[in-house]
Formats: sequence, structure tokens, C-alpha cells
Amino acid sequence: MEPFTTLTSSCVVLAAENVDTDQIIPARFLKTIERRGLGAHLFADWRVDERGQPRIDFPLNSLVASEASILVAGHNFGCGSSREHAPWALLDFGFRAIISTGFADIFRNNALKNGLLPVTLAPTAYVSLVDQLAKSLHARVTIDLAAQLATLPDGSAHAFPVDPFARHCLLNGVDELGFLLGEEIAIAAYESAHPARVSTR
Amino acid sequence: MTKPSTLVDKIWNDHVVRAETESTPAVLYVDLHLVHEVTSPQAFAELRRRGARVRRPDLTLATMDHSTPTTPRTRGRLMVLDPQAAAQLEQLETNCDEFGIRLFGLDDSRQGIVHVIGPEQGLTQPGMTIVCGDSHTSTHGAFGALAFGIGTSEVGYVLATQTLLQRKPRKMQVRIDGALPRGVTAKDIILAIIAKIGVGGATGHVLEYTGSAIRALGMENRMTICNMSIEAGARAGLIAPDDTTAEYIAGRPFAPAGTLWDAAVERWKQLVSDDGASYDRTVDLRADTLAPMITFGTNPSMAIPIDGRVPDPDAAQTGAERADLDKALRYMALEPGQPLLGRAVDVVFVGSCTNSRISDLREAAAVMRGRQVAPGVRMLVVPGSRNVKSQAEAEGLDRIFMAAGAEWREAGCSMCIAMNGDQLAPGESAVSTSNRNFEGRQGKGGRTFLASPLTAAATAVTGAIADVRSLS
Repeated sequence: MEPFTTLTSSCVVLAAENVDTDQIIPARFLKTIERRGLGAHLFADWRVDERGQPRIDFPLNSLVASEASILVAGHNFGCGSSREHAPWALLDFGFRAIISTGFADIFRNNALKNGLLPVTLAPTAYVSLVDQLAKSLHARVTIDLAAQLATLPDGSAHAFPVDPFARHCLLNGVDELGFLLGEEIAIAAYESAHPARVSTR
Repeated sequence: MTKPSTLVDKIWNDHVVRAETESTPAVLYVDLHLVHEVTSPQAFAELRRRGARVRRPDLTLATMDHSTPTTPRTRGRLMVLDPQAAAQLEQLETNCDEFGIRLFGLDDSRQGIVHVIGPEQGLTQPGMTIVCGDSHTSTHGAFGALAFGIGTSEVGYVLATQTLLQRKPRKMQVRIDGALPRGVTAKDIILAIIAKIGVGGATGHVLEYTGSAIRALGMENRMTICNMSIEAGARAGLIAPDDTTAEYIAGRPFAPAGTLWDAAVERWKQLVSDDGASYDRTVDLRADTLAPMITFGTNPSMAIPIDGRVPDPDAAQTGAERADLDKALRYMALEPGQPLLGRAVDVVFVGSCTNSRISDLREAAAVMRGRQVAPGVRMLVVPGSRNVKSQAEAEGLDRIFMAAGAEWREAGCSMCIAMNGDQLAPGESAVSTSNRNFEGRQGKGGRTFLASPLTAAATAVTGAIADVRSLS
């Protein structure tokens, strides 16, 4: 995983609330056995019309989308299916952070494990950010993970929460598997004290 | 005296390998890991890359369900014509072979939807932690298990270590009292709950369903309820085990037997929330005032009583809510204030991990018996497992469906996920017993109305959205 420290970037705004992972990456693209290449299908059914042409009014088809690494999205982003293909597609498209007022649990977990940072802002700060971006399309936001601060185009800085362990993993570019493999002794001790409840054998 | 604790706390405490601290989540042990073809290939690839093994293949079971066709078998064999799906299924076979994992593949008589076969085989038991790379893993909570969906990275962690890093969830009690009126089922209860608490209303929480209406339900109906916990954003949903639970598990292939059975039943009796245990939130619902429910919009919380009218976005509380409703009605081609009863549909789908078990098929068949699927309507009935299919055929349900003009299919996720050949065409509408009405969920441009098997069957024979209570 690529470490995440600070990021300064313009933003794409996708205002809809409750964006589900079926929109982020429709199920017909889940027949792949790879992680890569999913960016081409990100928001496939919202980006492209019935004749296969890009919808010019869809934010990800805008000029700013080609340079933006931050997606600003409505409340409860990533609800629905547990498909990790959703963060893979967002990363492959070029996003490194998503700003919202709230994320679905499984999506947030999956994003953090891939170096895609979910940034939760209070509703007032979020509304202010969307206003500022409406006035200045290419305005930039800075996200400082070590300080847990998002600095909006107007210079206002807003603290955001991140689980300390996820933050440690992101800052250092390490995943949880190394940590869990290092718990071998504790896991073996648990197993000897707790016989298996079922066996699939 | 110890502090009263909830069922979730008890299961949690029993699985802590290392307690959580401010800086580190708990290391939580997983009793059963279910695997399917869609969310596992990249996890196995990661294991290979690291030279890791599967720590407990004996606690792991794989099946094929999402990308499998449900078209009839040829001389007992299921033909997978989509080369990408075939490659994905073949990859699962290779992975299970290489890492020593038992697989209920397409040629196995026990193959089926992962959340149907776990309980069916007796693998799902009270007090367990169960995970799967699928958000509907909450289904297994019906047995008093802590069961939740995970992503592919976590599938890899569980394969390699049989553990996960987890923060303790908050707890929400959903109490449903009263007797269900005629024509109203578990599916209507859960749709009403989601409509009440909202599509993200249970984020960060595990739901515990309690109350007399829940106690009165059979296990398959309880599974329908727990299945859709995720549609309110919950991490999991569960129901304390009771005699109904034990009776369902008894005698199943992987259930404990003999003296082990007696010990297990004794242990399960402890699995209740203590009197006075505290929840972060409690929501109440009356069962006796419920009507059959149906969704009108593009997330499962957009549901109304079947004889209700489509809400007016202008009446929404916030601008965002109004925009959400507006967008949904446009997609669904509905007007504010319009009734749903009498709206023509193209397809009726009975199936999915929500409603594909034998009791669901019996309910649908009871409505279909002696009736015909209306002209111009296509009805698919897709059993949740090959065992459910055989059972239904032994009871003659297949003949009722086929005599009515419905398609009787092979087991799988089918039209719930539209990645296996079963899907809506753009602009088509369906009443479906599945769990998600998201845009395009059942096929690009398709429109989904979620409802119970009873409502689905009544709609199929009427040719338009129908109230089962008004069929003679």
C-alpha cells in the first residue's frame, strides 16, 4: 500500500446522498480476478449514456476530474455491497481521498485498507466546502493525515477523525495482515483454549 | 454481581484474542469463514504473493453462487457460457484445491447461495463469529451468531490468520411486538424497519431484533429479517437463540450430535441479552398494524405500505432528502402521490439470499396454485440451493410454478445481482423478493420494486403490483 501523508488537490463534487457501491462499480464488472483496471468502469452507468457516449453533465466527466485526487460526496457514501472493487475503482481512476459527512462501515474499512482516505467533515464544514468549490472549480483542499486536518480553499482548517491504527497503517504504507501474522502466539493460545465450534471437514 | 450484558457483548467477549486499546482494535477470532468466487480471487493471490498458507481450512467453506448461471442443466451439468464467469469459477476451484479448502462446486448436490447453505448444512450455530466477503452475511445472525460482511483484503486476513482487527460495535435494539396480520410476513417487517430507521440509520451498530413478533417467527423468516440489516447500514443483525433455533439445527449434517449436542444446547441457553442490559438505542415497531410493504425508490428505505402512495419530494425534511427522492422517482418513472397498486410489471423474481428458502417457495406456490402468470409477465423462481430445489420438487412446488407459466431455475444469486445472465432489460420493471433496489442492480436501466414472496406471486398472477390480501 502506498503511504498517505498529505495531499493537496482540486476536487470533484458528487452531491448525491447514499451513493451505493453498485453505482460506484456495477456488478457486471466484478467477474474479474484482478484488482487493476477497474477505473475504466467507475460509475459506469452514470458516466456513460445508453449509446455509450460520456454524459457531459456528470461531474466525473468534467475537466477538473482529470486533475482531481479528491472526491467530495454526499452523506452515507459507499452503502450496500461489500465489494472492495469500489475503492479499487476509485483509486484506479485517480482518487486518493473522499470527503463526506459520513461513510458506510464496510466501504470505509475497505477504503482504508487500500490507501484511500475517507475524510468525515461536520455538515456545516461540508456545506461550506461545496459552496466554495461551486464558486471556484479548481480550488484546492489540503488533507494532512498526521495532523488529521482538512484545510478548505478559504483557509479554514477542520479536524477529522481516523482510527489511530488505520492512521498508523496509512502513514507508513503497511497493511493489517503483517500485524495479524505477528499475533501468532496469541492466536495459537486462543485456539488451544477454545476448541473449534464446527468443522467443515 | 456482574453488569448485565447484551448478546453482542457476550459473543464479542468470547472471541477476543487480544483486547482493544486506544491505539489498536481488538483481534477477534472467526469461527467460520464462508468464501465465494467473486470476492476471493484477489485475496488468494495476495496469500500466494506473501507465501502465506490458509491457517484453518477446517473452518473455511467455499461455494459458487454469484456468477453462476441458473439455466437448466444438460445431463446434470451446468454450462457456464460466459468466459469471464467460467474463468472466475475455475479460479475458485484452483484456489480451494491448492489451499485445501472444501468447495461445494457446481457439481456438488449441496451447492447454493452462501447464506442459504451455511444454515442448511448446520454450520451456522449460535454464539459463533461468521464472516464472508458479502454484505448479506448478516443473515446468519438469525441463529444468534455475530455475522458480518467483509471486503477482499479482510478475506485474505481471515484466510491467513483466522482473525480480524475490529472495534467493538454499538448496539441497537429493534423491538417488534404483536401478531402479524394475514398476508404480512417477515419481509414486510424488515422493509418497515428500514423505512423507519433509514438506509444509513444503523451505521456503526449491530441490530438485535427482539419482541414477541420475532419470537413467533420460524428460522427462515428470521433469516429474511437479519439478511437485510445491512440495508439500514448496520454492521450486523442478530436474534437470540431459542427452542426454534435448536430445533432447526438438530440433525443437520454439520450440527453437533450425541453428548456434544446436549452440551451445545446448554451453552446456547446462555446466549441472551441480560435483563437490564443497555443498548445505545432502541427502536419499537408494532407488528399488528403492519401492511405488506413495497419499495418505490432506489434504496431499500424508500418503502411504503402496498396500498399507499408515492411520497412527494416537496414534503421532504431537507434539500438533500428532496434531491434523493426526486432522483429516485425520475429513475423509477413514478409521480408523487401515485399509487403503486395496479402498476404493470414485466418481470417477477422470487429468489436471492433474502427469500429463496423452502418456506418462501411454499408461500409463493400457495398463491400460484391453480392460477396463471399474467400474459406479458416473465416470472423466475430461483431456489437458494440445490437442496432447496430438491425439497421443492419433492413437494411438487416446481410443478405448480411451471403449470402457472413460471420458469423454474437452478440455484444461485440470479437476478438479484445481474452478473450471471439473469437480468432486466433497460426500462423493464420487476417486483423482486431480493434485497436491493439500487439503480441498475437487476440490470442496467432496470426498475426494482422489493416485496415479499406473497406480494411477488400476487403480482405475477395479476400482471401488475397487487395486494395479496385482496386475492380471493
